[in-house]
Amino acid sequence: MAKRKSSWTPLQIAVHVGAFVPLLLIVWNFWQGNMALLINPFQDVTFRTGKAALILLLLSLACTPLNIVFGWRQVLPLRKPLGLYAFMYGALHFLIFIVDNGYIGSSVDLMAVYEATFEKRFALVGFAALMILLPLAITSNQWSMRQLKKNWKRLHQLVYAAGILVIIHFIWLVKSDIREPLVYGAILALLLVVRIPLVRRFFVDLRSPKKNKPRIAADNA
Amino acid sequence: MTKIKSSEITPEHIYLSRRKFMVGVGALAASMAALAACSPQQSSAPPAATSTPAKPAAGQTPPTAAAQAAAPAAVSQPAEPTTIVAPTTDELGDPFNTFEAITNYNNYYEFTTTKEEVAMLAKDFTTNPWQVQVGGLVNNPKTFDIDDLRKFEQEERIYRLRCVEAWSMVIPWQGFPLAKLLKEVDPKPEAKFVRFETVYRPEEMPGQRSPWYNWPYIEGLRLDEAMNDLAILATGLYGKELLPQSGAPVRLVVPWKYGFKSIKSIVKIDLVETAPMSLWMAAAPNEYGFYANVNPEVDHPRWSQATERRIGEFGRRKTLPFNGYAEQVAYLYDGMDLRANF
Repeated sequence: MAKRKSSWTPLQIAVHVGAFVPLLLIVWNFWQGNMALLINPFQDVTFRTGKAALILLLLSLACTPLNIVFGWRQVLPLRKPLGLYAFMYGALHFLIFIVDNGYIGSSVDLMAVYEATFEKRFALVGFAALMILLPLAITSNQWSMRQLKKNWKRLHQLVYAAGILVIIHFIWLVKSDIREPLVYGAILALLLVVRIPLVRRFFVDLRSPKKNKPRIAADNA
Repeated sequence: MTKIKSSEITPEHIYLSRRKFMVGVGALAASMAALAACSPQQSSAPPAATSTPAKPAAGQTPPTAAAQAAAPAAVSQPAEPTTIVAPTTDELGDPFNTFEAITNYNNYYEFTTTKEEVAMLAKDFTTNPWQVQVGGLVNNPKTFDIDDLRKFEQEERIYRLRCVEAWSMVIPWQGFPLAKLLKEVDPKPEAKFVRFETVYRPEEMPGQRSPWYNWPYIEGLRLDEAMNDLAILATGLYGKELLPQSGAPVRLVVPWKYGFKSIKSIVKIDLVETAPMSLWMAAAPNEYGFYANVNPEVDHPRWSQATERRIGEFGRRKTLPFNGYAEQVAYLYDGMDLRANF
């Protein structure tokens, strides 16, 4: 942070500002008198932070496909802040869940926290996703990249697993009507499919057919 | 339904002080009577008494007989005995939830699955005229107009409502025991269950246009459960007619079962021989059973039922077996495996 390599692009500024919109919305809606927030704040803030984490994670995962399909290189530096903010909201989401489930009467019940987190499958997969994101957040810096070399990329590919677990977490949470989590699941599936080498090459070739023509010809031969 | 202007709705704090008011008037009258003894100056009984009601503190010295006698003269209505203080808590000492919370945080999927949006979407829902058809295995099938139902002696019932989603409220309902209605239609001996049906009106209920659920909403009780005195048909809460978001004009309230059993906006009640298939049983048979008794020992497959969040409280509280009504209803399930019959 201290020595900036370059000034931020408008896109980067948008990400850093936009990432705080869900938090500001909580404050704003509370002040406005939003009923769900006033009446059952724990549940509502848990839902809101969870949704924010999911959307930010999907946005982070959307950067590479946007570059593949449209050649938007400028979105690539956004992967890191979007991923970090996703982790931030995920951690907040879990923290509120712990307080919600662990504070019984006027005392803290750690057994209740344990049961809430590990005995129900929806919570367990959510926790697993957060535990996957934790080392990724810790190693999202130049120093770790240098230390881990090739392994850094392998480690960070775990984000795909985290994304899938988050979708399962959502599906297992809702009551009967799974359409909303399925929409997010479909978006995730799309973002992952674009990364498959064959699909990736298709899109790259589509964008610059001349440059790659010989190879396509060779492939077709 | 006759539209109630918001100005006509009794604010909750006034409802809560409905008898405190009378106590206050009584106390005021008493002090005025005392004053009158010293001074000839007369003052009219001010309605301002509502804003500063005398606190009916426990152990308060009762006004003198003379003052009590003066009270009815000072106000136009007969004063209630000053020793009666209207409850503002349930029998366990927990306060009512606010009218605002009760009427703005609703699970009513016929309108929307978003709890805080039900009130807005339901505000123009037609609840008058309204008829409830009661039939099936009965000797005396009958269609009740909503006004007929209001002729049953209305009682106040303060019940905890425990949602299957692990939150709860304390609600002062007005209504009458379901048993009274069932006795009027005279169930035949072969009737073993009661089947309830919510109105199907997709043009007014946007949620019913969703094909995800098998509308209309159906719920059921075993006949002996339905005859238990705790099971009521509610027509009001907080001293006024139910609002659409609360299931107007008439709904079931079975306080020892999860909230979804307390079916709203009922148009049909049938006595039947076999257990009816409820909407939730059809939607997720492994998650929602026929009985759905509040039970901290039997978790929902996806979350714990051991604790609940009482709306308005910071810490959760432990969920009580049968939602705290075990004494009144546990006998209904003697010898039954409540884990299998969830």
